[in-house]
Amino acid sequence: MDRYAKGRLFGLLARGAAALVVAVMVLVVAVTIYRGGRVFLTDPVIAFTPPGSRYMLEGDGGFLHAVLGSLFIVVPATVVSAVLAVSTAIYLQSDYSSERFSDLVNMFLNVLWGTPPIVYGVFVLTIIIAIGARTSLFFGIIAIAIFQYPIMTRYTDEALRSAPETVKEATYGLGGTRFEAALMTFRAALPGIIAGIIMGFARGIGDAATVLFTTGRSTNMPGGLFEGATTLPVLIFDQAMSFNAEVRSHAYAASFVLIVAVLALIIVSKLLAGRYARYAPGGRHS
Amino acid sequence: MAGSTESSSHRLDRRLLIERLSSRWLQGAGYFAIALFALIVLALLYQSLPLLSEYSLVQALTSSNWDPAQNQFGFLPAIVGTIYVTALTMAMGTPIAILAAIYIAEYAEGRAKTLVSSFIDVLAAIPSVIFGLVALIVVVPVVGDYLAPAVGSSATGLGIFTVSLVMAIVVTPFMISLSVESLEALPDELRESSLGVGATKWETIRSVLLRAAGPGIFSAVLLGFGRVFGATIVPAMLIGGQTHLPSSPFATGQTLPTLIVNDFGELMSLPLTQSALIFVGLMLVVVVWLFNFTAMFVRRRLQRRWQY
Repeated sequence: MDRYAKGRLFGLLARGAAALVVAVMVLVVAVTIYRGGRVFLTDPVIAFTPPGSRYMLEGDGGFLHAVLGSLFIVVPATVVSAVLAVSTAIYLQSDYSSERFSDLVNMFLNVLWGTPPIVYGVFVLTIIIAIGARTSLFFGIIAIAIFQYPIMTRYTDEALRSAPETVKEATYGLGGTRFEAALMTFRAALPGIIAGIIMGFARGIGDAATVLFTTGRSTNMPGGLFEGATTLPVLIFDQAMSFNAEVRSHAYAASFVLIVAVLALIIVSKLLAGRYARYAPGGRHS
Repeated sequence: MAGSTESSSHRLDRRLLIERLSSRWLQGAGYFAIALFALIVLALLYQSLPLLSEYSLVQALTSSNWDPAQNQFGFLPAIVGTIYVTALTMAMGTPIAILAAIYIAEYAEGRAKTLVSSFIDVLAAIPSVIFGLVALIVVVPVVGDYLAPAVGSSATGLGIFTVSLVMAIVVTPFMISLSVESLEALPDELRESSLGVGATKWETIRSVLLRAAGPGIFSAVLLGFGRVFGATIVPAMLIGGQTHLPSSPFATGQTLPTLIVNDFGELMSLPLTQSALIFVGLMLVVVVWLFNFTAMFVRRRLQRRWQY
């Protein structure tokens, strides 16, 4: 085989690999939307009906408890995590820290970013055991917030890094303090930061391993901050293992709701990042 | 006149106060990452102590007898299962990930490029529980009815091979986007000078670009490895959950994370089981972090060696 044929062969292989990945992605989304949509669209009420007393056994009622549980856990977690993540990223970016220290923190952030979610779940569980509490909504919030923190910090850091240096210099030139300079950089990077926070939200709403041990996998409506709860991914996980066909079909309906929510969040995040990049000073398309 | 200087000095005071307070808060946030890291290790280590004081580490890691009810804690089956799954997944996923990354970074242009790379971004964000659910109706029957009998093994379709196949799908987009990033960061002069001395496009990719982007791709693969190693939901749904040493790639088994998931129900009642499962969490953390630190270290070394 001459070198040109070899080049063509590997070109084809690369194309084939990409096509395979795209095909698999289309298959996964199509199966979820088709199977789940069939169950969900014939009876959309199940997403807004509280579960019956024997829901996990016979599938009476719906999965409103998991929809609400997901919202009640992931929304507060995202808020807490976003505040921490933005603060950390600003600290690393601007003139508060020395280069060596921010390298060190970055290293730890990278390691946290690669840590499997189940570890965060088990970590929060050890806290629950240590203080003698019970699994509840509150600890779900903590676990998801810890899980989102490195993800959001990474996105925020990237957004701040791509903001033009001139914004900061101009603020200092006008006699601004470090905080005011950081605030201006934050404003310039805001679209990217919001896109990152939405991505963190999407990751948080899809994760099951962190809440599996921390919320108690309750089958009742969420009753309060210190009562048990469940989230959509955990519910799908439990339903998929059921012997009852009705319960299993609910798993597909729930996964339809979940995938639509996640896809919508990603699209919103992409649009935001693309649209506002034009208006930010020194943005990509200015 | 005096009033205005007074109010402006008052305003300066306020600005400086905000500056000092915000500086404290931001500093705290900076230390938070390190504190979280330390707290996780300490908490897991502390709760694993009851098990470690009862059994020797070597004994627990090499015994294949796992029976929490009888106070037998042998982690070997789960360790072997995890290694099996990780090795198979990486063998299937890595070549495809690198080839697809090469396509996106070097071959694709214009709309095809945007389309494929946004598809891959979406694939990376789909919750893993959905992969598990789809696999239950698509992959499991195929493996159980066709693949496993074809190699002379009778299986239900749940098992190590199924998990590896699905995990390869879960982890490739992640490795692709990291590899694409490091390929695209390369300067165009590298491509131009290689093509200019007469190399074909593929020769340029193989001998110049893959080498220059090598450190980045290498750490992408190691990070993917960490993902597979700690994956919980997909293995828990598809591996079959039997704690024994797997005899073939199509056998059921257990990985370290699924051990925690499957025995979680018994956890609260038996303190020693509780400690054993938390010890599994500690093992996961130590191995994944070891890999992360190695990835960072090797990346730096390779960067120096494969300088362009």
